[in-house]
Amino acid sequence: MRALLLAMVLASLLASGLALAVGRPSEMLPDPAAEARAQEIGRELRCMVCQNQSIEDSEADLARDLRRLVRERVAAGESNDAVREYVHARYGDFVLLRPPFNWVTAPLWAIPILVLAGGALTLVLMRRRTAGRIGPAPLTEAERARLAAALEEDP
Amino acid sequence: MSEAKRPPLPRRALLWAPLGLAAAGGLGFWAMLRGMRDGSYDPRGVPSALIGKPAPRVVLPAVEGTELPGFAPDALASPGGPVLVNFWASWCVPCVVEHPQLMALHRRGVRILGVNYKDKAPDAARFLTRYGNPFQALVADSEGRVGIEYGLYGVPETYLLDGGGIVRWRWAGPMTPDTLSAELEPLLRRHA
Repeated sequence: MRALLLAMVLASLLASGLALAVGRPSEMLPDPAAEARAQEIGRELRCMVCQNQSIEDSEADLARDLRRLVRERVAAGESNDAVREYVHARYGDFVLLRPPFNWVTAPLWAIPILVLAGGALTLVLMRRRTAGRIGPAPLTEAERARLAAALEEDP
Repeated sequence: MSEAKRPPLPRRALLWAPLGLAAAGGLGFWAMLRGMRDGSYDPRGVPSALIGKPAPRVVLPAVEGTELPGFAPDALASPGGPVLVNFWASWCVPCVVEHPQLMALHRRGVRILGVNYKDKAPDAARFLTRYGNPFQALVADSEGRVGIEYGLYGVPETYLLDGGGIVRWRWAGPMTPDTLSAELEPLLRRHA
């Protein structure tokens, strides 16, 4: 029973996965290499209407228009960068699912580095503090005097 | 010697860290919910990539049955004064909401060039007969190609070009009376 349920869940997941992929043959380029290139570009472009999907994954009208545009440009022999740049120039940074590095996105990229640096700083400070505590405290004047007195008494 | 006996304060403070973390997380979540409520995460608010750049050329046919001219060849390259480019469609409900604002601008003498987006000419003509025509010229973008040139999200969407044909402002979604008074009017005055 449980196995059957699991199989059903898996099958439905698989089916929905297949339904999501934009495999409409009429849209695809006849040349498999060019089509692969178009898909690679499309997967990095955001569908502006649905936001968290790439244009390859989305069924929105605008995504379909952009897919068609990407395929036309790929078929015309443009490089991946040129096609991406064409869309980027019109829709801005937000259209790129992998944000570029510039002064607006710099804080975004800097966060991991800042967190790491903060952690390292904390570690160093903690180290320094414990290191200071390891050695015995230096003798006070009174203790030193007592020690000297004790040593003198001894022989 | 007495120094080592004192309870290590930073260590004890560390016990509060999970609580602090939870509080910070809760605060962040609350801020997110608030942001979602007043729409500051709406990507339509992201400024257009075209601001400060020359408006893309529009070479499209006029819309049949409206008796409106298409765009003159240099209508957008050097309009000589501020001009609005409005993308709309008869099938678009928010466009009906926006229309009174376009009519008001038209009555005040603001030039509006219309781009009829993915529409049928008879439907567009009927829309203008029913709600009034605010456009000086109108073209049909039946494939949505010029829309992509402008970085269009959908309809309605409005661009303000200055006298030199530079894009100064973009409004995605319907313009309300508030949009006109708070955003557009000051810009129209500045670029007049």
